[in-house]
Amino acid sequence: MHIMWFTERSYHYDPDKEPEKLRALETEVIRHRSFFGLRNELFDAKLGSELLNQFLDEKIYSDELGFDGVMLNEHHGTPFCLGAVMDVEAAVLAKTTRRVKIVLLGNPVPTVGNPIRLAEELAMIDLISRGRLVPGWVRGAGSEQFANNANPANNRELFEEGIDLIIKAWTQPGPFRYEGKHFHFRFVNPWVLPLQKPHPPIWIPGLVSPDTVRWCAKKRFPYVALATKLEPTVELWNMYTQQAAREGYQVGTENFGYMQPVFVADTQEKAEELGKRFMFGGAFAHFARPEWMFPPGYNSKEATRRLARLNNGPNLPGKPIHAAGGEEGDAEIEAIRTAIYDGYAQSRKDLQMIAGTPDSVIPQLRKVLEVLRPGIFSFWIDGPIPPKDRMRCIELLGKEVMPRVREIGKELDLVDPFERAPGSRPLAATGEPESVANAEALAAI
Amino acid sequence: MAEKGSGFTEETVKVGGTNLIVLKGGSGRPVLVLHEELGFPGWLKWNAELAKNRILLVPMHPGFGRTDKAEWISNVRDLAGFYAQYLREQKLTGIDVIGLSFGGWIAAEMAANDPKLFRKMVLVAPAGIRPPTGELRDVFVTPARAYLDASVKDPGATAEFGALFGGEETPEQFEAFEDARAEVARLAWQPYMHNPSLPHLLEGVSGLPTLLIWGREDGVVPLAAGEVFNRVIKDSRLTVFDGCGHRPEVEKTSEFVAQVNAFFA
Repeated sequence: MHIMWFTERSYHYDPDKEPEKLRALETEVIRHRSFFGLRNELFDAKLGSELLNQFLDEKIYSDELGFDGVMLNEHHGTPFCLGAVMDVEAAVLAKTTRRVKIVLLGNPVPTVGNPIRLAEELAMIDLISRGRLVPGWVRGAGSEQFANNANPANNRELFEEGIDLIIKAWTQPGPFRYEGKHFHFRFVNPWVLPLQKPHPPIWIPGLVSPDTVRWCAKKRFPYVALATKLEPTVELWNMYTQQAAREGYQVGTENFGYMQPVFVADTQEKAEELGKRFMFGGAFAHFARPEWMFPPGYNSKEATRRLARLNNGPNLPGKPIHAAGGEEGDAEIEAIRTAIYDGYAQSRKDLQMIAGTPDSVIPQLRKVLEVLRPGIFSFWIDGPIPPKDRMRCIELLGKEVMPRVREIGKELDLVDPFERAPGSRPLAATGEPESVANAEALAAI
Repeated sequence: MAEKGSGFTEETVKVGGTNLIVLKGGSGRPVLVLHEELGFPGWLKWNAELAKNRILLVPMHPGFGRTDKAEWISNVRDLAGFYAQYLREQKLTGIDVIGLSFGGWIAAEMAANDPKLFRKMVLVAPAGIRPPTGELRDVFVTPARAYLDASVKDPGATAEFGALFGGEETPEQFEAFEDARAEVARLAWQPYMHNPSLPHLLEGVSGLPTLLIWGREDGVVPLAAGEVFNRVIKDSRLTVFDGCGHRPEVEKTSEFVAQVNAFFA
């Protein structure tokens, strides 16, 4: 089992030291109904500098604690995530850590727009880290298409074609000529190539897109579900399993990963306090307004059809899908703030959020692992938490929770992609695949 | 296929590999009507009025939800070429044309490429040229509904506003808007809703009488763009309606119809 942890690296004030500034920032986000697009005059570069250093220090400490991996992502134009160019952070970690895998989930191929540049950046990170890179790819959230002026109508094509080109650049002897639909490079011959052969292992993160799940199954890329609800995640696992069978292989735990918000502290009360901070500003629910989440052509027809029939937006508690925000009075802002934090109890109940002492979180983690049986597991901590509490959380995760999760992993035979190559298991002669997810365990929750 | 009481019938015309759906209504000499970026807003009063003495041919742009997408069409000039083929194959060259907003851009590209495609051209607040002052409103960054609201000076004072795109936004209409917006994004994401070479190409057009109709308070394509169109097209006239936004055909229907009928006469 591969165990790592993740944080969005959110822009936030220390709640112990500057609670008023923190609350004012949250009010701005709620009023704007979106982290994305918040006016950047609110960015304090000094604070940004402190935070980025803090986040890197945490990763370096994780290396010492024995995590198998540290996971990074990137977002643009938003206080939700300070990692605007995650390859920069990855490059720092390549040199400042020794053992931990650097897991990038993922580079937004369509918005970066230059697959050859990505191939070179990532090859350098793999070389400097002496072969510890796990690159992954994303389409980029809808809002990123605006932040980078990447045509959303071509998003999936850019994603698939770009990745094919990156892998080609890494594996096919150059110089060669590439003339695709969207990318044209008539002299592909990167001198700097990855250390890992034939190329670094690729994992793909995702939320709910069936198209991506099926594509991963075809490519034999492990799919890492980002804190999705258990039931739809089981459905996606099954969809992957069926597609894999059509491709002629049997999936295993090595094909799946799961990320889970987990907050630990020395007392239950403290852990709950940290967990609640995860809801800051509405969290992912306010990642971006619907019109920025779903720019034209970004969604498949199927997804647009689903969206058209939602009465309430997935990211606007109590608001119709086209509510733009920006005109609420103070009382309404407070009502929204209350509703956001009221959602915490439900997320605890759904196991979307696990918070407690190391002892108390283990049984809940076990339930999640029993249902999904992922070979890759990532803890997720976020929200405006004082640096010392974050460090303590990471320490407890590393020293007390991780060893026990590893034991559960052994017991449940959660093999990871380094132990068994995804897609290497033959399909049974009957052609009927076995499922990895455990629906009975889900029903028991 | 006839649609009873709607004032138009629907036919499918093969153009290359595409089955183009064309709405057809009225009697008299044909006029090609090229619809806007949100799709075909419906057979409205101005259509019915013009149809009294003209046949309106309203093709549903490929990829906007009705006519299938033609993958090879990757910009507005390609789309203009597609419609030129339609006109030639249907022996319709020398037809009069009315292009509205995005559809006006298509008509302008067609004229720039081959002025003889048309006898007379009416462009209603066309996209296609970036105004020297102001900005082309971004159809992609706001919901379709907000864009629609911004397209008239005063929705409350526009009698037919509620009839645009069938009124209330049903799930089906949401899907139709998204189909249209997705295809417009594919064709006109960058440069946004214009072609930098278009004004230069239009300077080479002669012998095509052109009527430009604009609302003075157009919040989608600023009037400044209309002044550029008027400057570069040799045989053009710019008519500006006061107290009017981006939809003169809906906001000032009778004046609009009178102007167009007089121009085509």
